[in-house]
This record gives sequence, structure tokens and C-alpha cells, in this order.
Amino acid sequence: MTTPVIERDVEMIEQETGVDHDLLGFLESAVIEAPAEETETQPAATPAVESATRQLVIINWSGELDKLWPTLIMSTAAAASGYQAKVFITFWGLLPFVKDQKRIVGENWMQKMLSFMQRPGISHLRLSKMNFLGMGPWMIGRLSKQYNVATPPELLEAAQAMGVEFIPCQMTMEMFGLQREDMIDGLGEPAGAAAVLELMTQPNTASLFI
Amino acid sequence: MTTTHSTPVATEMVRLDARGLKCPMPIVRTAMTIKTLAPGQLLEVLATDPGAVADFSAWSRTTGHDLVEQSIADGVYRFVLRRK
Repeated sequence: MTTPVIERDVEMIEQETGVDHDLLGFLESAVIEAPAEETETQPAATPAVESATRQLVIINWSGELDKLWPTLIMSTAAAASGYQAKVFITFWGLLPFVKDQKRIVGENWMQKMLSFMQRPGISHLRLSKMNFLGMGPWMIGRLSKQYNVATPPELLEAAQAMGVEFIPCQMTMEMFGLQREDMIDGLGEPAGAAAVLELMTQPNTASLFI
Repeated sequence: MTTTHSTPVATEMVRLDARGLKCPMPIVRTAMTIKTLAPGQLLEVLATDPGAVADFSAWSRTTGHDLVEQSIADGVYRFVLRRK
């Protein structure tokens, strides 16, 4: 399946290298689904960051509680400080952004098995260490209540309200068999590696891989 | 919140109670509240998180909203910010 993301990636590669590879022409003759006007409007939809605007770009690769937590704190704080905050969610990092009530996701038995072994949704996260069959996350949850620390679901709500953009990785979504309707509302358009590289190399940008 | 229309510039100080909130919520709530203010209007924030001291001065420098006053009394930090 060829997606608009590939078109966007190709356009960015062509822009960056200044070379017209005519890859789009090649793709169009092969398997392009989106109408031509859409491909023209898409680069314009990615706002060019003015040099004065600071930007925080996080590649959220891990789906674990103790890693998603700082990702949400940093991106929310950045948005609250006037940064453009963008979080590219990929691999295990996609799973917290699946709707909480989804139990099994995917189309084939391997994808379903994966989601059975690691239940998706932001309320079902494990710790990267000291998980102890859920005892660790339970204790962290109790402690966060006791010390009035905002939990990941609360932070995610704040992040989305403050305008943090969560950009799903198209390729991993397909590999995990995730559909847009499996994911929470308000996510950005799925994108690819070249789109993220372009964001990461803009001026006044801090990038993190978590 | 109501703003006074009798004066050309709204000078009424708005108070935000962020006591009990932990990082990053005091600055998140502050950012949300200051957006509703008129330029030049003051926002008073009360907080109990000791991390707020460094956070509010950094936030003020980053966003350009002046931190015009800062004090502590009975374990409650008080910050007064002016919307740019």
C-alpha cells in the first residue's frame, strides 16, 4: 500500500537535495491513491518555523510508563513555554496512543499476539524496570496520587489542549496493523522518517529520542 | 472571569491558585490563564512546588511575560507576571 506519507517524504528529499528524482512521477504511474491536488497542499500544511520560534521534537520510541511520562512532561512544558512541540510516535511508542478500551489490535495473529502481550492504551503501561507483574506501576500510580503529580492520561490531555502535535509513524502503524480509528483522537497526520528529519534540523530546535 | 470595560486597559489582577500542583502543571495552568488576559494585565500565581521558583523565572525569560514580583510566605510561593 502506497500512502501520502511516501509522497511527502519524496517531496522533502527532493527539496533537501535540490534534485528532482521524478520519484513522484514514477509512483504516480504505479500506485498513487491520493488525488494530485492533495499532494500539492500537503507541504503547505507543514508550517515553516520562523527563526524566532523555538521547537522541541521528541521521537517517542518506548511505550513504557517511565519513559512516556517525561516525554509528556517535556512536550507539555515546551508548549506552555511557547515552543512548537512535536512528538513523533513510533514502534512501542505508538501503543500508549491506542484508545484505552482497545484490548486486541491488528489484523493477523502475530499483530494480535503482540497487542495481547503488551496491552495498548495509556492506562496499561509497564515500567522499563521493576515492573514486577504490574506491582511497580501500581505503586508509582499510588505515589503520584499521594504527591499530586499529574498522571500520563492527565498530561496527555494537557498536552493536546496546549497544542502538542503527536505524529504517528505510518510504517509502524501498518506493521502493527493499527488503523486510525484504533488511535486516540487529535493525532497529527502520519508521517515518515524524512519528515521528522526535516523537523529535527530546523533552527532553534531541540530533539530527543526517548 | 470578567474584564472591566470601564477602563481602556484592564488593570485588574487575576489570581491563579496552583497550590498543590507539581511540575509541569503550575506553568501549564499559568500559560493557559495568561492567554485570557489583556496585554499589560497582571497575573498572580500561588504555588507550593519548590521547583516553581526556577521554572517561573525560566518560563518568564522564554515567553517574554515579565516576572515583576516573587515572594514566599508560609511555604507558599507568590509570583506576579505581566502579560506581554
